[in-house]
Amino acid sequence: MMQFMLLFSRQGKLRLQKWYVPLSDKEKKKITRELVQTVLARKPKMCSFLEWRDLKIVYKRYASLYFCCAIEDQDNELITLEIIHRYVELLDKYFGSVCELDIIFNFEKAYFILDEFLLGGEAQETSKKNVLKAIEQADLLQEEMETPRSVLEEIGLT
Amino acid sequence: MPAVSKGDGMRGLAVFISDIRNCKSKEAEIKRINKELANIRSKFKGDKALDGYSKKKYVCKLLFIFLLGHDIDFGHMEAVNLLSSNRYTEKQIGYLFISVLVNSNSELIRLINNGIKNDLASRNPTFMNLALHCIANVGSREMAEAFTADIPKILVAGDTMDSVKQSAALCLLRLNRTSPDLVPMGEWTSRVVHLLNDQHLGVVTAATSLITTLAQKNPEEFKMSVSLAVSRLSRIVTSASTDLQDYTYYFVPAPWLSVKLLRLLQCYPPPEEGAVRGRLTECLETILNKAQEPPKSKKVQHSNAKNAVLFEAISLIIHHDSEPNLLVRACNQLGQFLQHRETNLRYLALESMCTLASSEFSHEAVKTHIETVINALKTERDVSVRQRAVDLLYAMCDRSNAQQIVAEMLNYLETADYSIREEIVLKVAILAEKYAVDYTWYVDTILNLIRIAGDYVSEEVWYRVIQIVINRDDVQGYSAKTVFEALQAPACHENLVKVGGYILGEFGNLIAGDPRSSPLIQFNLLHSKFHLCSVPTRALLLSTYIKFVNLFPEIKATIQDVLRSDSQLRNADVELQQRAVEYLRLSCIASTDILATVLEEMPPFPERESSILTKLKKKKGPGKVPDMEETKKERNSDMNGSTEPVSVNSSAVTMSTPSTSTDLLGLGLAPVLNSVAPASAGGSLLVDVFSDNSPAVASLAPTAEENFSSPRIGSADVVSDDPAAAVHDADELVNKFVCKNNGVLFENQLMQIGLKSEFRQNLGRMYIFYGNKTSTQFLSFSTAVICQDALKTHILLHLFCITKQVDPAVDGGAQVQQILNIECVSDFMEAPILNIQFRYGGALQNMSVKLPVTLNKFFQPTEMTSQDFFQRWKQLSIPQQEVQKIFKAKHPMDTEVTKAKIIGFGVALLDMVDPNPSNFTGAGVIHTKNIQVGCLLRLEPNTQAQMYRLTLRTSRETVSQRLCELLSEQF
Repeated sequence: MMQFMLLFSRQGKLRLQKWYVPLSDKEKKKITRELVQTVLARKPKMCSFLEWRDLKIVYKRYASLYFCCAIEDQDNELITLEIIHRYVELLDKYFGSVCELDIIFNFEKAYFILDEFLLGGEAQETSKKNVLKAIEQADLLQEEMETPRSVLEEIGLT
Repeated sequence: MPAVSKGDGMRGLAVFISDIRNCKSKEAEIKRINKELANIRSKFKGDKALDGYSKKKYVCKLLFIFLLGHDIDFGHMEAVNLLSSNRYTEKQIGYLFISVLVNSNSELIRLINNGIKNDLASRNPTFMNLALHCIANVGSREMAEAFTADIPKILVAGDTMDSVKQSAALCLLRLNRTSPDLVPMGEWTSRVVHLLNDQHLGVVTAATSLITTLAQKNPEEFKMSVSLAVSRLSRIVTSASTDLQDYTYYFVPAPWLSVKLLRLLQCYPPPEEGAVRGRLTECLETILNKAQEPPKSKKVQHSNAKNAVLFEAISLIIHHDSEPNLLVRACNQLGQFLQHRETNLRYLALESMCTLASSEFSHEAVKTHIETVINALKTERDVSVRQRAVDLLYAMCDRSNAQQIVAEMLNYLETADYSIREEIVLKVAILAEKYAVDYTWYVDTILNLIRIAGDYVSEEVWYRVIQIVINRDDVQGYSAKTVFEALQAPACHENLVKVGGYILGEFGNLIAGDPRSSPLIQFNLLHSKFHLCSVPTRALLLSTYIKFVNLFPEIKATIQDVLRSDSQLRNADVELQQRAVEYLRLSCIASTDILATVLEEMPPFPERESSILTKLKKKKGPGKVPDMEETKKERNSDMNGSTEPVSVNSSAVTMSTPSTSTDLLGLGLAPVLNSVAPASAGGSLLVDVFSDNSPAVASLAPTAEENFSSPRIGSADVVSDDPAAAVHDADELVNKFVCKNNGVLFENQLMQIGLKSEFRQNLGRMYIFYGNKTSTQFLSFSTAVICQDALKTHILLHLFCITKQVDPAVDGGAQVQQILNIECVSDFMEAPILNIQFRYGGALQNMSVKLPVTLNKFFQPTEMTSQDFFQRWKQLSIPQQEVQKIFKAKHPMDTEVTKAKIIGFGVALLDMVDPNPSNFTGAGVIHTKNIQVGCLLRLEPNTQAQMYRLTLRTSRETVSQRLCELLSEQF
């Protein structure tokens, strides 16, 4: 089972974190700091897996973003690598050629997509079509229900 | 798919995010955030009721601030409000906030549970999914309590939508992980298993994860999943790549599901049913075959997905460990990967082969790749890959290739990354020991280890080599010669000095015949390193020197000169100073016989599991170090008898536990203590011996240090209000020990206290053994020795704890040992009291016992002639000097017993002194620090009256009194 997934930039800024095991905020921060450092220190041609504590870390870099997953001893590294890739594909399809900014400004969407794809640290739905269909439906619900707002209100000046 | 305009939902959020991104400094960012937090707080607190949209926007901002790494301590209520909203987008944000920010034990959980309950009951699949996602994300116990009954129903209900089933399955998986006791098994389990047959592959994928988790805990209950999983797997691996539509990933049919199914099958042994087993074997063969087919795509995703399935299949093959054919094929496949251009594949192949090496069927096949693996060690650029190569070499090592592998590892060690050096050192040490046919090779290897990576050679490693050398006399001479040569290097590692010092101290005599390594040369060589070493090593060398005094009397003077020099005798370090003083004194005073006894060769160490192996296991975590004993046993059956069977292991292996390692150090505890009893003659020798031991060991062995933490009870340390009040059967116990030194002092249902003591002149040492008679641990175990005020000035007690198990917990059935050092300053009456405290089953136990330290213990017997006796007797003629007591016999009047008792009392029993042969006379001197008191006694039995008359004359009234009291109680 995946224990957590972290997305961070080349500058070490955390862009998304998803934890599938209960940990204190302090512990989460410590793990994040340690792993970001470890992964950023690795050279491009190195292998995508490393042992870390009693976990296996699987990471891959896409453009400016690192996707980093921690899995347990008996889990499959290669399939985890493809979990990352499938998630990138989903983001890409949804945002249309995704970039780091999309994830910064629409972090909630990134979470929603991840929840449709992975749940409790396991793949819930591996079909790209099905995941996107679920998100699409939610967006439709959103559009139906949303009432237009005045520009002033949107900027937060009301 | 409509391209979603970014942030269309909440412009205010996007503006805020932009603001943050535009902040030039951390300070500016914090300022902006604090402003926003104040704003949101006032909005939430304001009179105007916020509409759902604003609430959603502000909650989202809070979430963003939290994800930036700031603490958020409000907004939870608003989030709970949102998730109870009927609007999907509000609900979604509410759930998201809760999932990210609520930790499992929040008080809000009840409110959240309410919202979840409503959504689960709503029959709206989108809402149900949100609720299930939230449960799966938070996974708290309260949630488990509230929903573990409902979720299985949702999961197996006929009318549940597929997507809800998927969420429900993984939700249940999460709850089972966090609160397995709450997830009920029941009729639904068999229906869950049948989800493996579901039409929808997404449902099957989610269900397989759930079943795997459940099957790990209840294999019996989910046994039928095996055949279903096999048939599902079979359908997938034989399908054309287009059959599974969107579940085909880069031309690989349902790779995730395949991996999960193969993983599920690893919860079980090979299927018993022939047909299922055959089908599974076909599947595995198909997967292996496909690996040989040309790739359908050049994309790395294709090969990754395909190989993910392949590796999982190999894991299953290794797990079953029953099909030699498949195992060998797997090994060959991995062999190909060892040279693949993809680093990831080389890494995984090395890792996977490690487990293959432990199978009897494939061990030999794995060994054929040794050159490739060694090459990987030399050429891989990624340290994590090299690490795998080291692991694999370690796993594939056996008697046939040990020399090569150890040599390669040593080679690699010269340039190895610092991060893995210590582990390699441990591995080399273990392999060298395990597969040593020739122990000279072993010694060479360890010395090489120290030379190459001395800093990474942990104590366990160098202790071990010493243990082995001491236990194997065939290698002692060689070792002495080798360390002697190694020490000649101008710069050698301190660990080498330690090993060298120790070994030469024990076995230097074996090479002393060679004029090139004569005693003096050995000594000078060692001493040339002395000044470069740390205190513990110097302490060890001092012990070596005193051993040299025994081994080589001809250089005694030289060594004494060194010990006598100011830099030793007045060394600022108290440990070194003490050793120098004591060793010097020992060498001056003791006769050669005593020296030979005190400084005799170390006894062999008991054979136990190697402490190095223990350390490696600890380092790598259990299970990561293949248990070589185990696997080798299996393997040997397969190796046509050419190799020696398992027994080699036991001969080659292993003695120490961490606790014995303290014995190893210097001449500290073990050897000296062993020799105290026989070396009874030596005057002040004992002073040295006594004060030497405990502190010496403490400073040398860090592990022992904490054991000395129990207080040194000086006279003023402990004050007790009225210790005697609680004392057990006070005097009776003491009387039992007046004429003997060993025995059980005290015993009740909980514990037994045993004693061994020895006294010389005015000094004594008492070993106190506390035995826990129960099966429960004693906690907070502590002891103290209390001297009553009057006694304080007369007797000094030093309580030491030594070595084993002196932590405050005493395990059931275990024994703890303490040493009490005693110095008699002047004559005394009362006995000191030993106070013991501990917790047993929650209750504090407190007990006090008188320690049988009585004045007569400090007797030195004095032999004298009849004439002398009566002359002195007459000299002590002042009335106060004589004490006489007439008393009735309490025991049968047996002459031999009486004699034994008098001798046990401490005086010399003088035969032929008294004209009446049935009388007993004795003489002795009481030694205290301040004075010595001569003592003459006479015991006249009257068998007819069953009475005794005891007369004592000493130069001191109080002494006469006390001795008379003590002795008269004995008959």
